[in-house]
Amino acid sequence: MSTSTTDALMGYDEVIERFDPVMGLEVHVELGTATKMFCGCATTFGAEPNTQVCPVCLGLPGALPVVNAVGVESAIRIGLALNCQIAEWCRFARKNYFYPDMPKNFQTSQYDEPIAFNGFLDVELSDGSTYRVEIERAHMEEDTGKSLHVGGATGRIHGATHSLVDYNRAGIPLIEIVTKPMVGAGERAPEIARAYVATLRDLLKGLGVSDVKMEQGSMRCDVNLSLMAKGAEAFGTRSETKNVNSLRSVERAVRYEMCRHGALLAAGEKVVQETRHWHEDTGMTTAGREKSDAEDYRYFPEPDLVPVAPSREWVEELRAALPEPPAQRRKRLQTAYGFSDLEMRDVLNAGLLDLIEETVAAGGSPAAARKWWSGEIARRASAQGQDVPTYAAGLGLSPAAVVELEGMVTSGRLNDAMARQAWEGVLDGEGTPTQVADARGLQLNQDTGALEAAVDEVIAANPDVADKIRDGKVQAVGALIGQVMKAMKGQGDAAAARALILERLGQPS
Amino acid sequence: MPLIRSSAAELANLMATGEASSVEITRASLDRIAEVDGEVHAFLHVDAEGALAQAAEVDRRRAAGEELHALAGVPIAVKDVVVTRGLPTTAGSRILEGWVPPYDATLVTRLREAGLPILGKTNMDEFAMGSSTEHSAYGPTRNPWDLGRIPGGSGGGSAACLAAYEAPLAIGTDTGGSIRQPASVTGTVGAKPTYGGVSRYGLIAMASSLDQAGPCTRTVLDAALLHSLIGGHDRMDSTSLDAPVPPVVEAANRADVSGMRIGIVKELTGEGFQPGVQKRFEEAVQHLVDAGAEIVQVSCPSFRYALAAYYLVMPSEVSSNLAKFDAMRYGLRVLPEGIDDPSAEQVMAATRDAGFGDEVKRRIILGTYALSSGYYDAYYGSAQKVRTLIADDFARAFEVADVLVSPTSPTTAFPFGDKMSDPLSMYMQDIATIPANLAGVPGLSLPSGLADEDGLPAGFQILAPAMKDERMYAVGSALEKRLHAAWGGPLLARVPSLVKEA
Ligand SMILES: [Zn+2]
Repeated sequence: MSTSTTDALMGYDEVIERFDPVMGLEVHVELGTATKMFCGCATTFGAEPNTQVCPVCLGLPGALPVVNAVGVESAIRIGLALNCQIAEWCRFARKNYFYPDMPKNFQTSQYDEPIAFNGFLDVELSDGSTYRVEIERAHMEEDTGKSLHVGGATGRIHGATHSLVDYNRAGIPLIEIVTKPMVGAGERAPEIARAYVATLRDLLKGLGVSDVKMEQGSMRCDVNLSLMAKGAEAFGTRSETKNVNSLRSVERAVRYEMCRHGALLAAGEKVVQETRHWHEDTGMTTAGREKSDAEDYRYFPEPDLVPVAPSREWVEELRAALPEPPAQRRKRLQTAYGFSDLEMRDVLNAGLLDLIEETVAAGGSPAAARKWWSGEIARRASAQGQDVPTYAAGLGLSPAAVVELEGMVTSGRLNDAMARQAWEGVLDGEGTPTQVADARGLQLNQDTGALEAAVDEVIAANPDVADKIRDGKVQAVGALIGQVMKAMKGQGDAAAARALILERLGQPS
Repeated sequence: MPLIRSSAAELANLMATGEASSVEITRASLDRIAEVDGEVHAFLHVDAEGALAQAAEVDRRRAAGEELHALAGVPIAVKDVVVTRGLPTTAGSRILEGWVPPYDATLVTRLREAGLPILGKTNMDEFAMGSSTEHSAYGPTRNPWDLGRIPGGSGGGSAACLAAYEAPLAIGTDTGGSIRQPASVTGTVGAKPTYGGVSRYGLIAMASSLDQAGPCTRTVLDAALLHSLIGGHDRMDSTSLDAPVPPVVEAANRADVSGMRIGIVKELTGEGFQPGVQKRFEEAVQHLVDAGAEIVQVSCPSFRYALAAYYLVMPSEVSSNLAKFDAMRYGLRVLPEGIDDPSAEQVMAATRDAGFGDEVKRRIILGTYALSSGYYDAYYGSAQKVRTLIADDFARAFEVADVLVSPTSPTTAFPFGDKMSDPLSMYMQDIATIPANLAGVPGLSLPSGLADEDGLPAGFQILAPAMKDERMYAVGSALEKRLHAAWGGPLLARVPSLVKEA
């Protein structure tokens, strides 16, 4: 086993000049089913080790698996969302190999009869173009337990004095989604890899089949990569980089392996067919297990389970009930709401699209919805380490609150500053926007006489500014508005003040 | 008649009429075990305390007027391949020595719920691999008819405890004949239900697609009663049939074969069968004719590939099923010698080397080879095709016959050591029983008499179409009735007493 950490790397531009990358991605997704794939044990993340286990998922002698129907349904929905064909009849198969975190020393998986096959997923790239990733298959399997290596410096098996195994994860349903080899991606290969995983993550989230948390391991990506010299027909030898667990890492791992392969090939060396470990901290891969095509898992049909034969009626029912694909929905809503690309990106990054959609449905305007669900609430949520939807749900805040707040502004009861105060009160748990406004005495001063007096006073006190405005420098009006508001102790109507100042100075408002 | 010689149905009657209590019956069995099992060695573990407690509980429930299962209070022995909560379960292997399962097999749950006191766990060939119990890691079981001979296998313990009057009922499992062949060579009755007829949940798997649990008894009616109790759908076993248990008790009670077409399988008679076994078989067929059945000759040409197919499918599944025994979670753990800081893989290897016997290793190696890439199609793939051909042969045969019959085992019990150095001749013991496992159809063996040349029991096998288990009980019961009449009582009345007269 090589422990080299000083791989020679070729410059990326040179790699692109001399080679074509061939890339394949295998993504494992833990399904969010309440129970495991083949037994009734709970799947809660982070439970005490070995508390969510039973004779079946511990592989005790005599125990037998029973297929989780929800797991099969999720697999079919994923297959349909990936534009796959759904098998009319398929079987589970045993993948035989010895490892302490695998209770039966075989993994119940699928081999040559996957539940879904021959699909595709279109991914959008930063230049606005679309790349079609061909899907080879999506199949069902069970997760393994988790080994914890104790006594070593790094938590890795090397140097550890002993290992502990937690079987809570053993038997959790997994869907493995395998792409066909992507040829012709060229210099965009790292970006495509990232965009594919991101698109897949959104798709799965939209289906509600998984929480797709890469940092918790509920979505894991293996990157297969090889290079072939420009113009070559045959694929080169590939490496398989395991467990690349963030979008950024997917992109970096592809790039790193391209540069590493490039340097090896240029030096006339051979790429070793092996699994490689990805190191988030250093951004490098290191050699793992050497892997040959001769590695033999002795697959055979699982005799303890009956074949899965989803009826065509059921498959069509599931297809009809699929949610709108996320990319399509995003485009539709962006157009409908009139958000700029930048605004839309912020909304998506903050995970606000659902909240905004609900707020609009409740009668709010898209702009107000975006405004109130961003800003102060986002600051508070992030201080709690939460996203806005989670934080809002924790406060029991509904879209109706935003609609109510917006209504108080449009009706002229509150100005913007007051609305912000009212919203803060709502976030402090003081009640609805109306209750907060009542309690805090927030109410625009509708006395036009007082406003006129304040405006005239401020114009008189600032002759220089007034002259600028008379000369057409309308943007200077802000300074005067601020003083008017101050004079009215914050209860003035800023819009009315602006209109009045401009009128007094002979400018169109 | 002493309690230990009574059938389960008779014991049930004695309890129903208040002539005997379950505690008395259970104690009689336990006393008999104490008396003779030192020689017979049918049991690996006896649970006197647990059995008597269950018996007392049933007696209490009966006294309180509760409605009880027909077999409530009848003690039973369970093959050690079936997991029993709180009772050691080894499957006859060193690798599981000391393991106490935390759960019950579904069939054990049904036994407990019906109130059958569990006497203990019976001896067997390691992981049910063998036809003699000589492959048990804990020493062989001896045949009560001749203590120098094998009791059959793998379920030799379950058959021998019946023949030695240590228990009225026992549970067996049959992957290639492990219920029927021991029944045949001990003069007892054993039935392998249709595949899926009895839950496999809690059976330590040998070959998942072939394993089937079933009743081991002294009479056909007892077998039907026990079959009826342990059979039926179990949601914990995906391969369990979602259908009612066939009306086996009714069929055994009616014992009617008039008008039935009995098929004699050409490939399962004659050559290779011991003359005395063949002779008893032919006489039994004549009894069925006398009882009103019609005889037809059928041919099942693919049966001659059955043994070869079996020895590919079974070891393949074995190699995977037995992978879990790796010292990581339960059972034996052996540290490799001469290695200071062994890896998990080295501990696995050392444990499997020390914990598995030769026959188990032989089958693991065979199966690993047969599943290897490049060989899979030629071996496992071809064997699966043969299974289809065998099922086709059965289907054709059952078009012209209601049941098929043959001698169960080609020979009577052979002396210890006779076949240990020749695995192939050991495998031949199952030549007539294996086709039923490959096709998933039910089979029953009952005694046909004693072979002339050695005075040892011979067996008569009845095979029925899948889910038509009741037919073999009807035929078996009718034949048993006529044979008992001809013999002047059950065959087992002639088994040696095993107790040295003072
Ligand atoms: Zn479980």
